[in-house]
Amino acid sequence: MNRIWKNFDKYRFLLEELVKKDIKLKYRSSYLGMLWTLLEPLLTTLVLWYVFSGWYGRGDQNFPVYILTGRLMYSFFANSTKAAMKSIRSNSAMIKKVYVPKYIYPLSSILSNFVTFLISMIILVAAMIVFKVSITFYLLQIVVPLFLILVLSLGIGMILATLAVFFRDLEYLWSVMLMMIMYASAIFYDITDKKFIDKAPILKIVNPLFDVITNFRDAVFGRPLGREELLISIIYSFGTLFIGIFMFYRKQDEFILNI
Amino acid sequence: MEEKVLVVDNVSMRFNLMEKKVDNLKEYFIKMIKNELRYQEFWALQGISFSLNKGDRLGILGLNGAGKSTLLKIIAGVLKATEGKVTTKGKLVPLLELGAGFDPQYTGAENIFLYGAVLGYSKDFIREKYDEIVEFSELGDFINVPVKNYSSGMKARLGFSIATVVQPDILILDEVLSVGDAKFKKKSEKKIKAMFDSGVTVLFVSHSLEQVNRLCNRAILLEKGKLIAKGSVKKVSIIYEAKINDNGND
Repeated sequence: MNRIWKNFDKYRFLLEELVKKDIKLKYRSSYLGMLWTLLEPLLTTLVLWYVFSGWYGRGDQNFPVYILTGRLMYSFFANSTKAAMKSIRSNSAMIKKVYVPKYIYPLSSILSNFVTFLISMIILVAAMIVFKVSITFYLLQIVVPLFLILVLSLGIGMILATLAVFFRDLEYLWSVMLMMIMYASAIFYDITDKKFIDKAPILKIVNPLFDVITNFRDAVFGRPLGREELLISIIYSFGTLFIGIFMFYRKQDEFILNI
Repeated sequence: MEEKVLVVDNVSMRFNLMEKKVDNLKEYFIKMIKNELRYQEFWALQGISFSLNKGDRLGILGLNGAGKSTLLKIIAGVLKATEGKVTTKGKLVPLLELGAGFDPQYTGAENIFLYGAVLGYSKDFIREKYDEIVEFSELGDFINVPVKNYSSGMKARLGFSIATVVQPDILILDEVLSVGDAKFKKKSEKKIKAMFDSGVTVLFVSHSLEQVNRLCNRAILLEKGKLIAKGSVKKVSIIYEAKINDNGND
């Protein structure tokens, strides 16, 4: 264990550099650059709000913030898992020539997405002010779902990263699954509404993103974190993390033979 | 009592060559069910054993396909040996390809930090040595240009400058001294020689027997994955030359 930590310490600077590079290069050749991190959630939220507000009436002040919270969390999950999945292949040149602890690759792509995710929260703060969502002490709870979604993305990211080395069609499969997850995460519809309420118990157990988004919304809208959702979230997050780490370590010596 | 900085202990490397590469789920399952997952075994290295003392300069000789690069990759930690063990002491810098850590969109300056980090140097160390690196590479203002616009010679110069800015304990060179123009070749050889004189242990692969004789004190000869000669560079190069001429006389 000590040896693993020492190795990590030695490459901590590399992790920093890789995260910095991902962020710097993400929008380097575009005009608006970093601004897109804020524009993208804003624009999609506006569209979703416009299209779906009919279901709840224009009067529901909370709806845009409701959508935004779901949208932000989902985007982070989708982008970071996709990036982690491709991380081994996209760094194949480096892997073949220099020794670097391989978990650094999925880890750095997830962390760089996490940083841009945190930056995009500026939009959330702005929206909360505009739509007069009161900021309570419950907001401090937000660190819990933020931490849990990070762990969840890391766990699933490691699983995908390992499998994608050996099966290239996983990238297509995951895109489809992400779409299913999006529809099943109550981003733009209210799960307590009678149209959807009977689906709630199943979604809660089967879709980990549903639970962590619910907790996130609890913090934002000033409620204590839902305990059932919290428990399911913890189980999924750390469960996938352990499975991901285990799979990755078992197979990492074979990566170079397949890329 | 001489200190052993590298011990290669009975290292073997097996590759599984599939007859037809299967990299999608459907084919994999079908073949698995039909029991057709057949692998063809290829032993790139068999039972390689040797050790190096501090300050040794080892030339690794062999024809193409003998297993030289595979052996270097195993020693550098890039590949894991199927059998056997490699033990190294001290900081190991592999120069298997100059600029392997470069990102083409990054400028030369940004890549100095990135590549330095890849090689395991610390942030403070690179900051200290930054000017020295830029100077040695002779890139001048080009250092702020994205590396994708560099010529291959420029990339090689930058990679070399970063990699050699510190004294590694063990340096692995896989035919990297043959890049760059004549002027840079001379400069890089001089730098390598200076490293030798300060006791850096070197593993050196080159097809130029002349270069190996000039720079190394010991050598090993590989043929089809087996170690067929080891000893002083003089002794081994004689055997190597004999082999080449032997094949030529067929």
